[in-house]
Amino acid sequence: MLETRGLTAFYGDFQALYGIDAALGAGETVAIIGANGAGKSTFLKAITGLLPCLPDAVRLQGAAIGGLAPARIARLGISLVPEGRKLFPSLTVEENLLIGAHGRAPGGYWNLARVYGLFPILAERRRVPSTSLSGGQQQMAAIGRALMANPRVLLCDEISLGLAPIVIRDIYNAIPAIRAEGTSIVLVEQDIVQALAVADRVYCLQEGRVSLAGRPDELTREQIHTAYFGT
Amino acid sequence: MTAWLDTLLQGVMLGGLYALFAAGLSLIFGIMRLVNLAHGDLIVLAAFVVLVVTTALGLDPFLAALVAAPLLFGFGYALQHLLLNRTLGRDILPPLLVTFGLSIIVQNGLLQGFSADSRRLGAGALETQSVSLGGGLALGVMPLLTLASAVAAILALNLLFYRTSLGRAFRATSDDPETAQLMGIDNRRIFALAMGVAMTVVTVAALHLGMRANFDPTIGPARLIYAFEAVIIGGLGSLWGTLAGGIVIGLAQTIGARIDPEWQILAGHLAFLTVLALRPRGLFPRAVD
Repeated sequence: MLETRGLTAFYGDFQALYGIDAALGAGETVAIIGANGAGKSTFLKAITGLLPCLPDAVRLQGAAIGGLAPARIARLGISLVPEGRKLFPSLTVEENLLIGAHGRAPGGYWNLARVYGLFPILAERRRVPSTSLSGGQQQMAAIGRALMANPRVLLCDEISLGLAPIVIRDIYNAIPAIRAEGTSIVLVEQDIVQALAVADRVYCLQEGRVSLAGRPDELTREQIHTAYFGT
Repeated sequence: MTAWLDTLLQGVMLGGLYALFAAGLSLIFGIMRLVNLAHGDLIVLAAFVVLVVTTALGLDPFLAALVAAPLLFGFGYALQHLLLNRTLGRDILPPLLVTFGLSIIVQNGLLQGFSADSRRLGAGALETQSVSLGGGLALGVMPLLTLASAVAAILALNLLFYRTSLGRAFRATSDDPETAQLMGIDNRRIFALAMGVAMTVVTVAALHLGMRANFDPTIGPARLIYAFEAVIIGGLGSLWGTLAGGIVIGLAQTIGARIDPEWQILAGHLAFLTVLALRPRGLFPRAVD
Protein backbone atom coordinates (compact mmCIF):
# COMPACT_ATOMS: atom_id res chain seq x y z
CA MET A 1 0.00 0.00 0.00
CA LEU A 2 2.49 2.59 1.23
CA GLU A 3 6.22 2.19 1.01
CA THR A 4 9.25 4.35 1.68
CA ARG A 5 12.65 3.60 0.21
CA GLY A 6 15.76 5.41 1.41
CA LEU A 7 13.58 8.28 2.65
CA THR A 8 15.68 11.22 3.78
CA ALA A 9 14.43 14.53 5.16
CA PHE A 10 16.03 17.78 6.20
CA TYR A 11 15.14 20.81 8.29
CA GLY A 12 17.31 23.34 6.49
CA ASP A 13 20.84 21.95 6.77
CA PHE A 14 19.93 19.58 9.57
CA GLN A 15 19.32 16.02 8.38
CA ALA A 16 16.53 14.41 10.37
CA LEU A 17 16.01 11.14 8.46
CA TYR A 18 18.83 9.00 7.08
CA GLY A 19 17.25 6.61 4.60
CA ILE A 20 14.12 5.04 6.08
CA ASP A 21 12.91 1.84 4.42
CA ALA A 22 9.44 0.95 5.62
CA ALA A 23 6.33 -0.67 4.21
CA LEU A 24 2.68 -0.75 5.12
CA GLY A 25 0.53 -3.51 3.67
CA ALA A 26 -3.13 -3.18 2.73
CA GLY A 27 -5.27 -3.31 5.88
CA GLU A 28 -2.20 -3.53 8.07
CA THR A 29 -1.56 -1.55 11.24
CA VAL A 30 2.03 -0.54 11.81
CA ALA A 31 3.41 1.16 14.88
CA ILE A 32 6.37 3.50 14.73
CA ILE A 33 8.00 4.00 18.08
CA GLY A 34 11.07 5.85 19.22
CA ALA A 35 12.32 8.42 21.67
CA ASN A 36 11.80 12.17 21.32
CA GLY A 37 13.69 13.47 18.30
CA ALA A 38 14.08 10.04 16.74
CA GLY A 39 12.38 11.30 13.58
CA LYS A 40 8.88 9.83 13.97
CA SER A 41 6.95 13.02 13.26
CA THR A 42 9.44 14.00 10.57
CA PHE A 43 8.73 10.68 8.88
CA LEU A 44 5.01 11.53 8.73
CA LYS A 45 5.72 15.07 7.56
CA ALA A 46 7.79 13.75 4.67
CA ILE A 47 5.08 11.28 3.66
CA THR A 48 2.33 13.92 3.73
CA GLY A 49 4.35 16.41 1.71
CA LEU A 50 4.93 18.94 4.49
CA LEU A 51 8.66 18.34 4.10
CA PRO A 52 10.26 17.97 0.67
CA CYS A 53 11.60 14.59 -0.37
CA LEU A 54 12.50 12.72 -3.55
CA PRO A 55 9.61 11.39 -5.68
CA ASP A 56 10.75 7.77 -5.54
CA ALA A 57 11.26 7.83 -1.79
CA VAL A 58 7.51 7.50 -1.10
CA ARG A 59 5.25 5.18 -3.08
CA LEU A 60 1.52 4.75 -2.73
CA GLN A 61 0.34 1.54 -4.42
CA GLY A 62 3.47 1.67 -6.54
CA ALA A 63 3.06 5.29 -7.70
CA ALA A 64 5.82 7.73 -6.73
CA ILE A 65 4.24 10.48 -4.62
CA GLY A 66 7.24 11.85 -2.69
CA GLY A 67 7.36 15.64 -2.58
CA LEU A 68 3.91 16.28 -4.10
CA ALA A 69 1.91 19.16 -2.64
CA PRO A 70 0.27 18.19 0.68
CA ALA A 71 -3.22 18.81 -0.71
CA ARG A 72 -2.58 16.39 -3.59
CA ILE A 73 -1.21 13.70 -1.34
CA ALA A 74 -4.24 14.08 0.92
CA ARG A 75 -6.56 13.65 -2.06
CA LEU A 76 -4.70 10.49 -3.10
CA GLY A 77 -5.95 8.92 0.11
CA ILE A 78 -3.43 9.62 2.87
CA SER A 79 -4.93 11.36 5.91
CA LEU A 80 -2.94 12.60 8.85
CA VAL A 81 -4.15 13.02 12.42
CA PRO A 82 -1.57 15.66 13.31
CA GLU A 83 0.33 15.87 16.55
CA GLY A 84 -1.46 18.29 18.86
CA ARG A 85 -4.77 17.63 17.06
CA LYS A 86 -4.70 20.93 15.11
CA LEU A 87 -8.48 21.34 14.96
CA PHE A 88 -9.65 24.55 13.31
CA PRO A 89 -10.55 26.88 16.20
CA SER A 90 -13.09 29.01 14.34
CA LEU A 91 -15.02 25.98 13.12
CA THR A 92 -17.56 24.02 15.14
CA VAL A 93 -16.98 20.34 15.87
CA GLU A 94 -19.25 19.32 13.00
CA GLU A 95 -17.59 21.79 10.61
CA ASN A 96 -14.22 20.34 11.55
CA LEU A 97 -15.50 16.91 10.57
CA LEU A 98 -17.02 18.22 7.33
CA ILE A 99 -13.82 19.96 6.31
CA GLY A 100 -12.14 16.55 6.44
CA ALA A 101 -14.33 15.54 3.50
CA HIS A 102 -13.66 18.79 1.60
CA GLY A 103 -13.83 18.30 -2.14
CA ARG A 104 -14.29 14.51 -1.87
CA ALA A 105 -17.10 12.74 -3.64
CA PRO A 106 -19.59 11.36 -1.09
CA GLY A 107 -20.19 7.63 -0.91
CA GLY A 108 -17.32 6.26 1.17
CA TYR A 109 -17.97 4.24 4.31
CA TRP A 110 -17.17 7.09 6.69
CA ASN A 111 -19.63 9.95 6.94
CA LEU A 112 -20.95 12.18 9.73
CA ALA A 113 -23.36 9.54 11.03
CA ARG A 114 -20.70 6.81 11.18
CA VAL A 115 -18.14 9.08 12.84
CA TYR A 116 -20.77 10.05 15.43
CA GLY A 117 -21.46 6.34 15.87
CA LEU A 118 -17.78 5.74 16.55
CA PHE A 119 -17.47 8.69 18.95
CA PRO A 120 -20.97 9.42 20.34
CA ILE A 121 -19.74 12.31 22.49
CA LEU A 122 -18.98 14.28 19.31
CA ALA A 123 -22.62 14.07 18.25
CA GLU A 124 -23.66 15.67 21.53
CA ARG A 125 -21.14 18.46 21.09
CA ARG A 126 -21.45 18.93 17.34
CA ARG A 127 -22.49 22.60 17.50
CA VAL A 128 -19.85 23.88 19.93
CA PRO A 129 -16.57 25.45 18.82
CA SER A 130 -13.83 22.85 18.64
CA THR A 131 -11.86 24.84 21.22
CA SER A 132 -14.37 24.01 23.96
CA LEU A 133 -13.80 20.25 23.70
CA SER A 134 -11.67 18.41 26.24
CA GLY A 135 -8.33 17.04 25.07
CA GLY A 136 -9.68 13.55 24.54
CA GLN A 137 -12.73 14.83 22.65
CA GLN A 138 -10.46 16.97 20.49
CA GLN A 139 -8.43 13.89 19.66
CA MET A 140 -11.62 12.04 18.70
CA ALA A 141 -12.64 14.96 16.48
CA ALA A 142 -9.21 14.98 14.85
CA ILE A 143 -9.45 11.25 14.11
CA GLY A 144 -13.02 11.69 12.87
CA ARG A 145 -11.93 14.56 10.64
CA ALA A 146 -9.24 12.37 9.05
CA LEU A 147 -11.70 9.50 8.58
CA MET A 148 -14.20 11.75 6.80
CA ALA A 149 -11.84 11.74 3.82
CA ASN A 150 -12.23 7.92 3.66
CA PRO A 151 -8.47 7.51 3.47
CA ARG A 152 -6.68 4.41 2.26
CA VAL A 153 -3.92 5.18 4.74
CA LEU A 154 -4.52 6.80 8.13
CA LEU A 155 -1.46 8.30 9.79
CA CYS A 156 -1.82 9.00 13.52
CA ASP A 157 0.80 11.16 15.20
CA GLU A 158 0.96 10.68 18.98
CA ILE A 159 -2.77 10.30 19.52
CA SER A 160 -2.25 9.41 23.18
CA LEU A 161 -0.04 12.38 23.99
CA GLY A 162 -1.14 14.30 27.07
CA LEU A 163 -4.30 12.25 27.65
CA ALA A 164 -5.41 10.33 30.73
CA PRO A 165 -5.04 6.53 30.48
CA ILE A 166 -8.79 5.99 30.51
CA VAL A 167 -9.23 8.42 27.62
CA ILE A 168 -6.39 6.77 25.72
CA ARG A 169 -8.18 3.45 26.12
CA ASP A 170 -11.40 4.96 24.70
CA ILE A 171 -9.54 6.25 21.68
CA TYR A 172 -7.66 3.02 21.06
CA ASN A 173 -10.95 1.15 21.30
CA ALA A 174 -11.91 2.87 18.03
CA ILE A 175 -8.96 1.41 16.11
CA PRO A 176 -10.52 -2.02 15.40
CA ALA A 177 -13.58 -0.37 13.80
CA ILE A 178 -11.29 1.67 11.56
CA ARG A 179 -9.25 -1.39 10.61
CA ALA A 180 -12.42 -3.31 9.88
CA GLU A 181 -13.03 -1.05 6.87
CA GLY A 182 -9.72 -2.09 5.37
CA THR A 183 -7.93 1.16 6.19
CA SER A 184 -4.19 0.80 6.64
CA ILE A 185 -2.97 2.56 9.77
CA VAL A 186 0.35 3.99 10.90
CA LEU A 187 0.51 4.74 14.61
CA VAL A 188 3.36 6.95 15.72
CA GLU A 189 3.61 6.57 19.47
CA GLN A 190 5.77 7.12 22.50
CA ASP A 191 3.36 4.96 24.47
CA ILE A 192 4.96 1.62 23.49
CA VAL A 193 2.59 -0.67 25.34
CA GLN A 194 -0.46 0.84 23.70
CA ALA A 195 1.11 0.79 20.25
CA LEU A 196 2.38 -2.80 20.45
CA ALA A 197 -1.00 -4.05 21.62
CA VAL A 198 -2.76 -3.07 18.38
CA ALA A 199 0.03 -3.18 15.78
CA ASP A 200 0.70 -6.00 13.33
CA ARG A 201 4.27 -4.84 12.94
CA VAL A 202 6.48 -2.27 14.57
CA TYR A 203 9.37 -0.09 13.47
CA CYS A 204 11.60 1.54 16.02
CA LEU A 205 13.39 4.71 14.97
CA GLN A 206 16.53 6.05 16.52
CA GLU A 207 18.31 9.18 15.37
CA GLY A 208 16.66 9.13 11.98
CA ARG A 209 17.29 5.46 11.21
CA VAL A 210 15.29 2.26 11.62
CA SER A 211 16.89 0.55 14.60
CA LEU A 212 14.50 -2.39 14.83
CA ALA A 213 11.62 -3.85 12.84
CA GLY A 214 9.42 -6.87 13.39
CA ARG A 215 6.23 -8.36 14.80
CA PRO A 216 5.50 -7.31 18.37
CA ASP A 217 5.25 -10.92 19.60
CA GLU A 218 8.65 -11.78 18.09
CA LEU A 219 10.52 -8.93 19.76
CA THR A 220 11.85 -9.14 23.29
CA ARG A 221 11.62 -6.26 25.71
CA GLU A 222 15.37 -6.11 25.70
CA GLN A 223 15.57 -5.73 21.93
CA ILE A 224 13.01 -2.91 22.03
CA HIS A 225 14.79 -1.23 24.92
CA THR A 226 18.07 -1.28 23.03
CA ALA A 227 16.51 -0.06 19.80
CA TYR A 228 14.63 2.67 21.64
CA PHE A 229 17.39 4.12 23.75
CA GLY A 230 20.44 2.95 21.81
CA THR A 231 22.24 1.59 24.83
CA MET B 1 -32.54 69.00 16.79
CA THR B 2 -33.69 68.08 13.29
CA ALA B 3 -30.36 69.26 11.97
CA TRP B 4 -28.46 66.93 14.28
CA LEU B 5 -30.70 63.99 13.52
CA ASP B 6 -30.07 64.72 9.85
CA THR B 7 -26.32 64.76 10.50
CA LEU B 8 -26.47 61.38 12.23
CA LEU B 9 -28.49 59.80 9.41
CA GLN B 10 -26.15 61.19 6.77
CA GLY B 11 -23.19 59.89 8.76
CA VAL B 12 -24.59 56.37 8.94
CA MET B 13 -25.26 56.37 5.22
CA LEU B 14 -21.78 57.69 4.41
CA GLY B 15 -20.51 54.89 6.64
CA GLY B 16 -22.12 52.45 4.22
CA LEU B 17 -19.78 53.68 1.47
CA TYR B 18 -16.72 53.29 3.71
CA ALA B 19 -17.86 49.82 4.73
CA LEU B 20 -18.08 48.90 1.04
CA PHE B 21 -14.53 50.19 0.53
CA ALA B 22 -13.38 48.15 3.49
CA ALA B 23 -15.25 44.84 3.02
CA GLY B 24 -12.88 43.51 0.35
CA LEU B 25 -9.83 44.53 2.34
CA SER B 26 -11.24 42.87 5.47
CA LEU B 27 -12.00 39.68 3.56
CA ILE B 28 -8.49 39.43 2.11
CA PHE B 29 -6.77 40.17 5.37
CA GLY B 30 -9.05 37.76 7.23
CA ILE B 31 -8.37 34.82 4.93
CA MET B 32 -4.73 35.18 3.93
CA ARG B 33 -3.25 37.84 6.23
CA LEU B 34 -2.41 39.85 3.13
CA VAL B 35 -2.34 43.62 3.60
CA ASN B 36 -3.31 44.80 0.16
CA LEU B 37 -1.88 48.31 -0.26
CA ALA B 38 -3.33 48.45 -3.78
CA HIS B 39 -6.90 47.99 -2.53
CA GLY B 40 -7.87 51.66 -3.02
CA ASP B 41 -6.42 51.69 -6.52
CA LEU B 42 -8.24 48.47 -7.36
CA ILE B 43 -11.50 50.22 -6.38
CA VAL B 44 -10.63 53.06 -8.78
CA LEU B 45 -9.63 50.55 -11.46
CA ALA B 46 -13.00 48.84 -11.04
CA ALA B 47 -14.75 52.23 -11.35
CA PHE B 48 -12.98 52.79 -14.68
CA VAL B 49 -13.95 49.29 -15.85
CA VAL B 50 -17.60 50.06 -15.02
CA LEU B 51 -17.23 53.41 -16.82
CA VAL B 52 -15.84 51.72 -19.93
CA VAL B 53 -18.69 49.21 -19.94
CA THR B 54 -21.31 51.97 -19.60
CA THR B 55 -19.90 53.88 -22.56
CA ALA B 56 -19.03 50.88 -24.73
CA LEU B 57 -22.34 49.06 -24.31
CA GLY B 58 -24.52 52.07 -23.54
CA LEU B 59 -25.72 50.52 -20.28
CA ASP B 60 -26.69 52.31 -17.09
CA PRO B 61 -24.12 51.94 -14.28
CA PHE B 62 -26.00 49.22 -12.38
CA LEU B 63 -26.19 46.90 -15.41
CA ALA B 64 -22.62 47.83 -16.31
CA ALA B 65 -21.50 46.74 -12.83
CA LEU B 66 -23.27 43.42 -13.37
CA VAL B 67 -21.23 42.96 -16.55
CA ALA B 68 -18.02 44.17 -14.92
CA ALA B 69 -18.30 42.01 -11.77
CA PRO B 70 -17.43 38.66 -13.41
CA LEU B 71 -14.61 40.31 -15.35
CA LEU B 72 -13.16 41.72 -12.15
CA PHE B 73 -13.67 38.39 -10.36
CA GLY B 74 -11.51 36.83 -13.07
CA PHE B 75 -8.99 39.64 -12.77
CA GLY B 76 -8.77 39.12 -9.00
CA TYR B 77 -8.39 35.36 -9.40
CA ALA B 78 -5.59 35.81 -11.94
CA LEU B 79 -3.87 38.54 -9.92
CA GLN B 80 -3.73 36.29 -6.86
CA HIS B 81 -2.84 33.16 -8.77
CA LEU B 82 -0.11 34.63 -10.95
CA LEU B 83 1.36 37.29 -8.68
CA LEU B 84 0.27 37.61 -5.07
CA ASN B 85 0.43 33.90 -4.18
CA ARG B 86 4.15 34.04 -4.91
CA THR B 87 4.63 36.74 -2.28
CA LEU B 88 2.92 34.94 0.60
CA GLY B 89 5.10 33.26 3.18
CA ARG B 90 6.53 33.68 6.62
CA ASP B 91 7.97 37.08 5.71
CA ILE B 92 5.35 39.87 5.73
CA LEU B 93 7.45 42.29 3.69
CA PRO B 94 7.13 40.86 0.12
CA PRO B 95 3.33 41.23 -0.11
CA LEU B 96 3.57 44.81 1.19
CA LEU B 97 6.22 45.72 -1.36
CA VAL B 98 4.46 44.01 -4.25
CA THR B 99 1.03 45.52 -3.52
CA PHE B 100 2.66 48.94 -3.03
CA GLY B 101 4.24 48.55 -6.46
CA LEU B 102 0.93 47.35 -7.88
CA SER B 103 -0.70 50.49 -6.48
CA ILE B 104 1.75 52.68 -8.41
CA ILE B 105 1.36 50.63 -11.58
CA VAL B 106 -2.45 50.79 -11.47
CA GLN B 107 -2.45 54.56 -10.85
CA ASN B 108 -0.02 55.29 -13.66
CA GLY B 109 -1.64 52.82 -16.02
CA LEU B 110 -4.99 54.56 -15.48
CA LEU B 111 -3.40 57.99 -15.92
CA GLN B 112 -1.90 56.80 -19.17
CA GLY B 113 -5.12 55.31 -20.43
CA PHE B 114 -7.72 57.75 -19.13
CA SER B 115 -5.77 60.99 -18.35
CA ALA B 116 -6.14 62.83 -15.05
CA ASP B 117 -9.64 64.09 -15.85
CA SER B 118 -12.31 63.63 -13.22
CA ARG B 119 -14.98 61.11 -14.21
CA ARG B 120 -18.36 60.18 -12.94
CA LEU B 121 -20.87 57.38 -13.40
CA GLY B 122 -24.15 59.12 -14.23
CA ALA B 123 -27.02 57.68 -12.21
CA GLY B 124 -29.63 59.86 -13.89
CA ALA B 125 -32.66 60.85 -11.83
CA LEU B 126 -31.50 58.70 -8.91
CA GLU B 127 -28.83 61.25 -8.08
CA THR B 128 -31.34 63.83 -6.90
CA GLN B 129 -34.22 61.68 -5.64
CA SER B 130 -34.96 61.59 -1.94
CA VAL B 131 -37.35 60.02 0.52
CA SER B 132 -39.07 62.41 2.89
CA LEU B 133 -39.22 61.32 6.52
CA GLY B 134 -41.41 64.27 7.55
CA GLY B 135 -40.39 66.98 9.96
CA GLY B 136 -38.07 68.52 7.39
CA LEU B 137 -35.95 65.38 7.18
CA ALA B 138 -35.14 63.72 3.87
CA LEU B 139 -32.82 60.90 2.88
CA GLY B 140 -31.17 60.77 -0.52
CA VAL B 141 -32.07 57.61 -2.44
CA MET B 142 -28.49 57.16 -3.59
CA PRO B 143 -26.90 57.22 -0.10
CA LEU B 144 -29.66 54.88 1.11
CA LEU B 145 -28.88 52.50 -1.73
CA THR B 146 -25.20 52.63 -0.79
CA LEU B 147 -25.92 51.70 2.81
CA ALA B 148 -28.30 48.95 1.70
CA SER B 149 -25.63 47.62 -0.68
CA ALA B 150 -23.06 47.58 2.12
CA VAL B 151 -25.40 45.64 4.42
CA ALA B 152 -26.32 43.29 1.58
CA ALA B 153 -22.66 42.74 0.63
CA ILE B 154 -21.68 41.92 4.19
CA LEU B 155 -24.72 39.71 4.67
CA ALA B 156 -23.84 37.84 1.47
CA LEU B 157 -20.22 37.44 2.56
CA ASN B 158 -21.35 36.10 5.93
CA LEU B 159 -23.64 33.59 4.24
CA LEU B 160 -20.74 32.55 2.02
CA PHE B 161 -18.47 32.18 5.04
CA TYR B 162 -20.80 30.37 7.40
CA ARG B 163 -23.21 28.46 5.16
CA THR B 164 -21.13 27.05 2.31
CA SER B 165 -18.32 24.53 2.05
CA LEU B 166 -16.18 27.13 0.28
CA GLY B 167 -16.66 29.44 3.26
CA ARG B 168 -15.68 26.62 5.59
CA ALA B 169 -12.51 26.15 3.57
CA PHE B 170 -11.89 29.92 3.75
CA ARG B 171 -12.14 29.87 7.54
CA ALA B 172 -10.07 26.72 7.94
CA THR B 173 -7.32 28.15 5.72
CA SER B 174 -7.44 31.38 7.70
CA ASP B 175 -7.06 29.45 10.98
CA ASP B 176 -4.21 27.19 9.94
CA PRO B 177 -3.03 27.04 6.32
CA GLU B 178 -0.73 24.05 6.87
CA THR B 179 -3.37 21.82 8.42
CA ALA B 180 -5.89 22.98 5.80
CA GLN B 181 -3.60 21.54 3.13
CA LEU B 182 -3.65 18.22 4.94
CA MET B 183 -7.43 18.22 4.44
CA GLY B 184 -6.83 18.31 0.68
CA ILE B 185 -7.52 22.05 0.45
CA ASP B 186 -5.35 23.76 -2.16
CA ASN B 187 -4.47 27.04 -0.41
CA ARG B 188 -3.40 28.77 -3.59
CA ARG B 189 -6.75 28.13 -5.22
CA ILE B 190 -8.61 29.19 -2.06
CA PHE B 191 -6.65 32.45 -1.97
CA ALA B 192 -7.31 33.10 -5.67
CA LEU B 193 -11.04 32.52 -5.16
CA ALA B 194 -10.97 34.86 -2.14
CA MET B 195 -9.37 37.61 -4.21
CA GLY B 196 -11.98 37.03 -6.90
CA VAL B 197 -14.76 37.43 -4.31
CA ALA B 198 -13.03 40.54 -2.93
CA MET B 199 -12.88 42.08 -6.42
CA THR B 200 -16.59 41.40 -6.84
CA VAL B 201 -17.27 43.40 -3.65
CA VAL B 202 -14.83 46.03 -4.93
CA THR B 203 -16.99 46.34 -8.06
CA VAL B 204 -19.99 47.24 -5.88
CA ALA B 205 -17.85 49.73 -3.96
CA ALA B 206 -16.63 51.24 -7.24
CA LEU B 207 -20.17 51.56 -8.55
CA HIS B 208 -21.19 53.63 -5.53
CA LEU B 209 -17.96 55.61 -5.47
CA GLY B 210 -18.47 56.56 -9.11
CA MET B 211 -22.15 57.47 -8.79
CA ARG B 212 -21.80 59.60 -5.66
CA ALA B 213 -18.67 61.56 -6.44
CA ASN B 214 -16.08 62.30 -9.06
CA PHE B 215 -13.13 59.99 -9.38
CA ASP B 216 -9.79 60.15 -11.11
CA PRO B 217 -6.81 57.76 -11.22
CA THR B 218 -5.10 59.22 -8.15
CA ILE B 219 -7.79 58.98 -5.46
CA GLY B 220 -7.16 55.33 -4.59
CA PRO B 221 -4.77 55.77 -1.65
CA ALA B 222 -7.21 58.02 0.24
CA ARG B 223 -9.96 55.35 -0.16
CA LEU B 224 -7.43 52.81 1.15
CA ILE B 225 -6.94 54.86 4.33
CA TYR B 226 -10.68 54.98 5.04
CA ALA B 227 -10.92 51.27 4.34
CA PHE B 228 -8.02 50.50 6.69
CA GLU B 229 -9.52 52.61 9.42
CA ALA B 230 -12.91 50.93 9.09
CA VAL B 231 -11.31 47.46 9.22
CA ILE B 232 -9.22 48.29 12.27
CA ILE B 233 -12.02 50.06 14.16
CA GLY B 234 -14.28 47.07 13.55
CA GLY B 235 -11.69 44.51 14.60
CA LEU B 236 -9.48 42.56 12.20
CA GLY B 237 -11.25 39.73 10.46
CA SER B 238 -14.81 40.61 11.52
CA LEU B 239 -17.08 41.57 8.60
CA TRP B 240 -19.91 43.02 10.71
CA GLY B 241 -17.22 44.88 12.65
CA THR B 242 -16.07 46.35 9.34
CA LEU B 243 -19.59 47.69 8.72
CA ALA B 244 -19.59 49.20 12.21
CA GLY B 245 -16.13 50.65 11.58
CA GLY B 246 -17.29 52.27 8.36
CA ILE B 247 -20.26 53.79 10.15
CA VAL B 248 -18.05 55.13 12.96
CA ILE B 249 -15.89 56.95 10.40
CA GLY B 250 -18.90 58.16 8.45
CA LEU B 251 -20.53 59.52 11.61
CA ALA B 252 -17.33 61.16 12.81
CA GLN B 253 -16.83 62.84 9.45
CA THR B 254 -20.35 64.24 9.15
CA ILE B 255 -20.41 65.37 12.77
CA GLY B 256 -17.00 66.99 12.29
CA ALA B 257 -18.20 68.68 9.12
CA ARG B 258 -21.31 69.91 10.91
CA ILE B 259 -19.16 71.66 13.54
CA ASP B 260 -16.79 73.08 10.97
CA PRO B 261 -16.50 71.92 7.34
CA GLU B 262 -12.71 71.91 7.65
CA TRP B 263 -12.96 69.24 10.33
CA GLN B 264 -14.59 66.55 8.23
CA ILE B 265 -11.57 64.43 7.32
CA LEU B 266 -9.75 65.19 10.56
CA ALA B 267 -12.71 64.07 12.68
CA GLY B 268 -12.73 60.69 10.93
CA HIS B 269 -9.04 60.16 11.64
CA LEU B 270 -9.46 61.31 15.26
CA ALA B 271 -12.26 58.79 15.78
CA PHE B 272 -9.92 56.12 14.41
CA LEU B 273 -7.07 57.15 16.71
CA THR B 274 -9.44 57.22 19.69
CA VAL B 275 -10.62 53.67 19.04
CA LEU B 276 -7.03 52.56 18.50
CA ALA B 277 -5.99 54.08 21.83
CA LEU B 278 -8.92 52.73 23.85
CA ARG B 279 -9.53 49.38 22.13
CA PRO B 280 -6.47 48.46 20.10
CA ARG B 281 -8.05 45.21 18.93
CA GLY B 282 -11.09 47.03 17.56
CA LEU B 283 -14.74 47.06 18.59
CA PHE B 284 -15.52 43.47 17.60
CA PRO B 285 -12.28 41.46 17.66
CA ARG B 286 -12.48 37.83 16.62
CA ALA B 287 -12.26 35.41 19.52
CA VAL B 288 -9.34 33.54 18.00
CA ASP B 289 -6.12 35.06 16.68
